[in-house]
Amino acid sequence: MTTTSSPVATRQGVLELAQVSRWYGNVVAVNDVTMTIGPGVTGLLGPNGAGKSTLLHMMAGFLAPSSGTATLDGRQIWHNHEIYRQIGLVPEKEAVYGFLTGWQFVLSSARLHGLPSPADAARRALDLVEMTDASGRRIETYSKGMRQRVKVAAALVHDPQVLLLDEPFNGMDPRQRLHLMDLVRRMGEDGRTILFSSHILEEVERVAHHIEVLVAGRHAASGDYREIRRRMADRPHLFRVRSSDDRRLAAALISDPASSAVTLAEQGVEVQVTDHARFTALLPRIARDLGVRLWQVSPTDEDLESVFSYLISGGAR
Amino acid sequence: MNTVVADITYRAMLGRKRIWLLILLPVALVALAALLRLINGHDEQTAVTLMKSFAIGTMLPLLGLIAGTGVIAPEIEDGTIIHLLSKPISRPVIAVTKFVVAASLVAVFAAVSTFAAAYLLTGSESGVATGFTLGALFGGIAYAAVFLLLGVLTRHAVAVGVIYALLWEGVVGGYVPGARKFSIQQWAQSLADQISSSPFFSSEVTLGFAVPAVVLVTVGAVVWTGQRLRSLSLTGDD
Repeated sequence: MTTTSSPVATRQGVLELAQVSRWYGNVVAVNDVTMTIGPGVTGLLGPNGAGKSTLLHMMAGFLAPSSGTATLDGRQIWHNHEIYRQIGLVPEKEAVYGFLTGWQFVLSSARLHGLPSPADAARRALDLVEMTDASGRRIETYSKGMRQRVKVAAALVHDPQVLLLDEPFNGMDPRQRLHLMDLVRRMGEDGRTILFSSHILEEVERVAHHIEVLVAGRHAASGDYREIRRRMADRPHLFRVRSSDDRRLAAALISDPASSAVTLAEQGVEVQVTDHARFTALLPRIARDLGVRLWQVSPTDEDLESVFSYLISGGAR
Repeated sequence: MNTVVADITYRAMLGRKRIWLLILLPVALVALAALLRLINGHDEQTAVTLMKSFAIGTMLPLLGLIAGTGVIAPEIEDGTIIHLLSKPISRPVIAVTKFVVAASLVAVFAAVSTFAAAYLLTGSESGVATGFTLGALFGGIAYAAVFLLLGVLTRHAVAVGVIYALLWEGVVGGYVPGARKFSIQQWAQSLADQISSSPFFSSEVTLGFAVPAVVLVTVGAVVWTGQRLRSLSLTGDD
């Protein structure tokens, strides 16, 4: 398991998970995860069902770890409502009180926090997410993106040191998405600890300086997003090639070091490529020399799950 | 008690369709009383029967169910409760606030309609109207607390609550002698009996038992609700 070193452990707003597991009956949702999330923006990346929400809920005090500890600045999170003076939470579930207006919702958040000037704080937060104009309307009339933004405003109203966002960009249109990304980035630059979950790599790399990857409940990778991106690009790729003569093509491909394995399958030739650049130059040349016509060349494992599986298999270490 | 939590809860209960559920039974009770008054005229025996079987025996537990579970169960179900729980407010304070809202709703809707119905039939005769009104208030508070607890204990609070209200309170508590001591409606009737001097009505449970029982059940249920809320787990979609 990769663990981030924690030079920030003495600063404010440091979330720490130590050997945290969470299971439901016989199903393990999160398995022995240790990570430290410090100031700045961290992306929690993983495919659907990886345990991201479970992990986030444990960090937000809405789920007790089955084993291990989750702390904020050394203080236990579970069973500690005082922790919410420091934490702002934007849950994934869309549900908010639809019968309240955006203004009433954010104002109620400010009042529940016991802020000295709740109206000023609510105005500021709504302004920050560009929801001032629509704040007089009932939330049930909002689009999904507007609901998301009003939830962010309610979570930011007390100016928290730590902000946890569960799939925050879901349902937003591109302009709203860019705006929220910019907001998240700026808050991270201000020294806040921001953790957001996503199953979309591009989303994470646009905002986060640091990525934690979760796959099947396990902590698969941790580090700078460029580093993780490089590991993902450098992994072996599996290509399926269909041609006019699969057998001759397979024989020619197997003799070249660009691929580590070549299998003749029913649907064509499956090639395990280790040198991507070499293979893409090699394949058309061999086909031309042999007089074989290529009908289809397709990567078979480009989906995110395959990439994550590769990371967790240890190939990236 | 937290006024913001109370404000949101009142809006949720009164500002939407749910208010019709709270209004329906009280209106039915008063309409029934008016009808009986038209048919039978001034009739104390009819009034006592209507109060015992419909006001206290049917309407009160159902109003308790609607208000008690309604103040919390839907929020847990759809996840909106996160808005309240992710704040620096102790969970027992949220539980007490939810209880106060539920109890006040049951008190207003049950007590007012009980008084109106009994008064229509008997006027102020034998203290029937006052007795059953105070009985409804008394029992309504306990019902609100019990159903609030049910709302945090199970996701099937309404189904379990209906079974409890109709089976235990309606059938067992009404007809099985031994079980009567442990029925909220019998405790409510005990107080009504204490105030009313009607010859058509006598409660089998003493006030000496009913008062501590209501206090114990109410306090116990609210405290338990607070503890459950402290440990309320919300699971993600993955």
